[in-house]
Amino acid sequence: MSRLLVLAPGAIATIQDLGRPGFGPLGISTAGAADPLSLRAANRLVGNPEDAPAIEMALGGAAFAFEGDAVVAVAGADLACGIAPFTATAIASGEKLRFGWAKRGSRAYLAVAGGFVLDRAFDSASVHVWSGLGGRPLAKGDVLEVVPGRGTRRPANLDTAQRAAIEASIFRKELRVTWGPQASWFSEAERERFVATPWTVGDAIDRMGLRLEGLAIALAHPRELLTEGAPLGAIQVPDGGRPIVLFVEHQTTGGYPKIANVVSADLAALGQLRPRDTIRFLPVSFEAARRLLEVPG
Amino acid sequence: MSVPLLDWASDRALRVRFADTISDAAHDDVRRALAAFERAPVPGQVNLHPAHASILVVVDPLAATAEAVEAAVRATLHAADDLELPEPRLVEIPVCYEPPYALDLDDVARRAGISIDEVVRAHAGALYRVDFLGFAPGFPYLSGLPERLATPRRTEPRIRIPAGSVAIAGSQAGIYPVEIPGGWNVIGRTPRVLFPPPLLRVGDRVRFLPIPADAFR
Repeated sequence: MSRLLVLAPGAIATIQDLGRPGFGPLGISTAGAADPLSLRAANRLVGNPEDAPAIEMALGGAAFAFEGDAVVAVAGADLACGIAPFTATAIASGEKLRFGWAKRGSRAYLAVAGGFVLDRAFDSASVHVWSGLGGRPLAKGDVLEVVPGRGTRRPANLDTAQRAAIEASIFRKELRVTWGPQASWFSEAERERFVATPWTVGDAIDRMGLRLEGLAIALAHPRELLTEGAPLGAIQVPDGGRPIVLFVEHQTTGGYPKIANVVSADLAALGQLRPRDTIRFLPVSFEAARRLLEVPG
Repeated sequence: MSVPLLDWASDRALRVRFADTISDAAHDDVRRALAAFERAPVPGQVNLHPAHASILVVVDPLAATAEAVEAAVRATLHAADDLELPEPRLVEIPVCYEPPYALDLDDVARRAGISIDEVVRAHAGALYRVDFLGFAPGFPYLSGLPERLATPRRTEPRIRIPAGSVAIAGSQAGIYPVEIPGGWNVIGRTPRVLFPPPLLRVGDRVRFLPIPADAFR
């Protein structure tokens, strides 16, 4: 039985899989990996099912020691750690993996062949940080047991083109959006400003939402919204006019008007934004948004 | 069931609206829709977010066309038109309205222009309905707060609100199931565990029973 010792969690490190769909009626959002494309890639590389839990590291600084041999892969942000990214690598017992700080993007996934022995809450090992559901972020001294064996599937290699396609999807700074259910509450001039403005991502690295700095966006007339379901990637405009992009740990319902919504194809890119990044929004039709999923990149 | 308005809130989330205001009829429509979609999911369905008078149906956009999802939603709702709803459960929740649990009770009383005892009597004297669980895991949005207790959200949200905090905001009542940040006015705390597992479900009726601080444990 191999084990992984947490020497340092870095900025924040959590166990993530593809989340817990289906529990919205209990007030639980699906959540899971902030960048599911990279999680899936890391798992494929070591022969795990795509939805196996892995370690999500934000911004860098994490370090791990291995007791027993293991096969690992790292995908997502470029956190220099001495092994090639997007490649399955054998680690000998006693070796350490130390991650530097992200040069590009913000989150990387460390998958281990076989996966980890973990408790599950509501069908998922994902840690929902702000509510504590599924546990807490990793801390120095934590030990993760590796499931014996070598993964249940044949490890896949990613060729240069496949890796380039993933990186094109996750390192976008121009995010496509569809207009939100309350877009008509904003004047045409305000909607144009929303599109023309370069927005700055706030200082906090937060799985619940990304606060944006730029212009304040105002409603045409003050209106009260009856609380309604809020989707992942919704861009809501609270009273102060500073937009917030609802991210993976978003509240399931909300009462603020939603001017727009990041398209499904660009949700993984939200998970790679860093504090102080500058982003722009590009409106597309719902048909175009769905087509983007058929042709990644 | 009233004829719902359908529109896409995102490329993966179909908004199904029965009304624009809180009402018994809209609540029953939401309950019927929730039961129907849980029993017979539409193509690609991955999640449901019920609210006061609407339900958001989240789908995998690769699993079915928008038209197919809309058609399935309409057919499912049509079939659920005469769905018998089970009798609501009544859940009694003990609350201590005393220090140190009643963080904002003074403010609520002052704003309402009534005594603290009157706030407690009014809050514990009402019968509430769980419109939905939302915002956070297990958090009940309760309708039925007496009008004179309506209090705006706090201007400065708290970084941590203890689990079990019984709170009000606007014309809504609620209970914080887990320790999370929040901006509602806390007027007491319950020793009952709301989550996990979830104590309440959509449609339940709730009564609050005042208990003294020494009975809290």
